[in-house]
Amino acid sequence: MSFRRSIAGLPLIMAGLLALPLSTQAGDPPQVAKGKGDACVEPTDVMRRDHMDFLMHQRDDTMRQGIRTKKYSLNECLECHVQPDESGEVARIDSPDHFCSTCHTYAAVKVDCFECHSDLPKSMNKAAYKHKLTGDDMHHAGIQHEDISKGMLDAIVAGGESK
Amino acid sequence: MTMQNTDQSRRKFLGTSAAAVAGVTIAPGVLLHTPAQARPVDQPATSAQRWGILIDTNQCDAGCNDCVTACQSENGWGSNETKSSPEQQAEWIRKVELKDPNTGYKQSLPVMCQHCETPPCVDVCPTGASMKRADGIVLVDKHICIGCRYCMMACPYKARSFIHETLTDQKTVAPRGKGTVESCTMCVHRVDDGGTPACVEACPGKNGKAMVFGDLNDPNSEISQRLKQYGGKQIRADLGLNPGVRYQGI
Ligand code: HEC
Ligand code: HEC
Ligand code: HEC
Repeated sequence: MSFRRSIAGLPLIMAGLLALPLSTQAGDPPQVAKGKGDACVEPTDVMRRDHMDFLMHQRDDTMRQGIRTKKYSLNECLECHVQPDESGEVARIDSPDHFCSTCHTYAAVKVDCFECHSDLPKSMNKAAYKHKLTGDDMHHAGIQHEDISKGMLDAIVAGGESK
Repeated sequence: MTMQNTDQSRRKFLGTSAAAVAGVTIAPGVLLHTPAQARPVDQPATSAQRWGILIDTNQCDAGCNDCVTACQSENGWGSNETKSSPEQQAEWIRKVELKDPNTGYKQSLPVMCQHCETPPCVDVCPTGASMKRADGIVLVDKHICIGCRYCMMACPYKARSFIHETLTDQKTVAPRGKGTVESCTMCVHRVDDGGTPACVEACPGKNGKAMVFGDLNDPNSEISQRLKQYGGKQIRADLGLNPGVRYQGI
């Protein structure tokens, strides 16, 4: 990732979006679940239009500089917007009911974020992940690396003192 | 060196000297450490810090894999790459055993990204994805990683892995995905929060921790104090990369 939305395509898609409530041909407009709390981090109409810019900006600030403000953090979006329904079920990203899929499915937008990012808020993330840290398949035990590391580390002893 | 005794006194020494130099003694035996101060969340990391890890191989138990399993459960690697072959599977940190063929003397130590000051992985990256943060932590910006793996070839420590398959159920704190390269992040999400990397936290050591995390730029930090007193070695120091991970006892 990632390509900026092309300026040329933007008015088209946005026009499509704005037309949603009126449109009869495009099918039912997506029912976006309301987030936790009273308000989003910006006015709702701003979020609808500009959420991708906030996220991309935050992404670079966090990744490259270690700035970890909460306002536009992807993890925080999920914290408010991904919640279990009455039956305790949580929609995952491949379902159109996941907050970040509702509109995207409708508007045929594909984002790759959740190929890496968890689609669940941190509070639910722990339970969803099954550990398998012990057992025979511990290929990480050091002994297998003896050959590689021997050569590499031989040089260590010859190496100099640190500063 | 007979390490058990040395290390006991070393700890005592460090305790008192740190208190005298920089610490604030709250109550007898309780020390307020300077390095645990978190940077405000809206402030960028700066070169005022240089994070490092010191590994004392004399304290590292050959049968212990706790640093590796702690890293796995923190960052979610090791069990969800089910289709990859063992050679392909991710490995952010590994235990290495060294044996002196003449004497049979064995040593065990963890090896991970050494967080070089002049990282070859950053030099070769065509997109700028392989990067060093101002505070010395070497990372892959996976958002712009194209998966070319030049960095893996450039790394003299074999510290990086490539993800060959679609992953699910990643950890919130450690997004990971197919087609990108990854390596030890020094638990950057914890460090930014004023915390300690998971491996260091989990290390039981033989007779005291084998791993110390801290700021190499702060002369009063435990890691700097230890390095000053007892020295430390860099793996492949001949390459002149000045890693942030240092070793004692090798
Ligand atoms: C190839 C893997 C990958 C993909 C794809 C990816 N990210 Fe990330 N992202 C990461 C990693 C790794 C981090 C660093 C996590 C950390 O240090 O906490 C990160 C951090 C972030 C952060 C800062 C942390 C937070 O939650 O606020 C944001 C924002 C973010 N990514 C947004 C995005 C968006 C938006 C997309 C999709 C357009 C995306 N990412 C796609 C790997 C990925
Ligand atoms: C404090 C909780 C909270 C956080 C954090 C939050 N939201 Fe919201 N969000 C809401 C609420 C509540 C609404 C509905 C407001 C309304 O009904 O007008 C909303 C509305 C939205 C909408 C419009 C949905 C619609 O009805 O069309 C979008 C898009 C959106 N949020 C995206 C995000 C993104 C992206 C993030 C992360 C950067 C985020 N939100 C973070 C609570 C939150
Ligand atoms: C109110 C409907 C709506 C919701 C809810 C929504 N999106 Fe979007 N999103 C869109 C639309 C429409 C576009 C395409 C806009 C364009 O191309 O101009 C878009 C585009 C994006 C893009 C940019 C894609 C690209 O290739 O440039 C990202 C990233 C993104 N959304 C992330 C998210 C995330 C993460 C969530 C969940 C927290 C979310 N969106 C929820 C409507 C929504």
